[in-house]
Amino acid sequence: MSVPLSAPDLLTRDFLEVRAKILELAACLDRFQRAEGSLAGDPRMRRIQDGLAVLQGAAQLESAEPNRAEQVQQIFSLPYDEEWRKKWGI
Amino acid sequence: MYYIDPHIHMVSRTTDDYETLAKMGCVAMSEPAFWAGFDRGSVDGFRDYFRQLTTFEPKRAGWYHMHHFTWMCINAKEAENVKLSREVIAMMPEFLDLPGVLGIGEIGLNKNTKNESIIFLEHLDLAAKRGEQILIHTPHLEDKLKGTRMIVDMLCDDRRLDRSRVLVDHVEEHTIRGVLEEGFWAGMTLYPVSKCTPERAVDMVELYGPERLMVNSAGDWGPSKPTAVPDFIMAMRRRGHPESLIRKIVYENPLEFFSQSRNFNFTPPEGLPAVEAK
Repeated sequence: MSVPLSAPDLLTRDFLEVRAKILELAACLDRFQRAEGSLAGDPRMRRIQDGLAVLQGAAQLESAEPNRAEQVQQIFSLPYDEEWRKKWGI
Repeated sequence: MYYIDPHIHMVSRTTDDYETLAKMGCVAMSEPAFWAGFDRGSVDGFRDYFRQLTTFEPKRAGWYHMHHFTWMCINAKEAENVKLSREVIAMMPEFLDLPGVLGIGEIGLNKNTKNESIIFLEHLDLAAKRGEQILIHTPHLEDKLKGTRMIVDMLCDDRRLDRSRVLVDHVEEHTIRGVLEEGFWAGMTLYPVSKCTPERAVDMVELYGPERLMVNSAGDWGPSKPTAVPDFIMAMRRRGHPESLIRKIVYENPLEFFSQSRNFNFTPPEGLPAVEAK
């Protein structure tokens, strides 16, 4: 299905919202860093870093696949085992 | 625009919410049985809940000229208790022929456990034997992808099921394709925290088209917004989509799906087409 609005129109409409969301992320990461305790080795931080890496493709809009949301969802998902029914015997 | 919310838990909402929904254009809703925030201790607890869903909630909706439909089941979270689940499944036929009961739901998985899977299969068996429609809950957050694939595995393994009579709810970007490609209906749930936003739902419409696709609010006891479907309508308009496409997703598609239930009896608002129960 086509997208009715042009890319420049969408950018104009959504620019401030994207800016606000990036700022919110930046402030969250700053907050983690200012607080006591270490997050080194926490697997959730690794997922956050992997998710941010997917977003970095946004700088190359023409070359990256438009499926970043799906990629981020996959990063934050548990693995699926095709043999699950066999293992449980159901 | 008139719309139907195909998945909203009105037992968790006030009567004021019914009035607001009516003012926003809601003409009908369907309410699957779910986990009401605490584990019930006996089959009689479920019987009372089912009575509420089939008597009092339709009455409250009627006060504001809306149709209320419902679904029966023991939800995935309480399905961890296999003994109680089997008692509830044995009791469910008391309600499945009542007016407004569309089928079995919302069944599914919560933490993707063996017990949940066993009870899901037993619900499917009951649905297949009685020819009931099915409404499915898929897990949240990190459990969603794995759980949705497990659910689709179980559905596809049962050749008695008519896939056009099964709605898989709470789909997101990583689960919608598999559900639609297998021939099931898919529901996008708009939820502030753990599910989908109106803008992302519009993205999925643009990516996958409007066929066999619905949008709902969940509107449960947690942080949720019962008027989320009008938010989706506004997001579609702001993206430049025509009214005919929006109406298909929020009104015509739910009608088409629900009309497959023998207990679906709906009087459309003036000027809109009727759909006969099949």
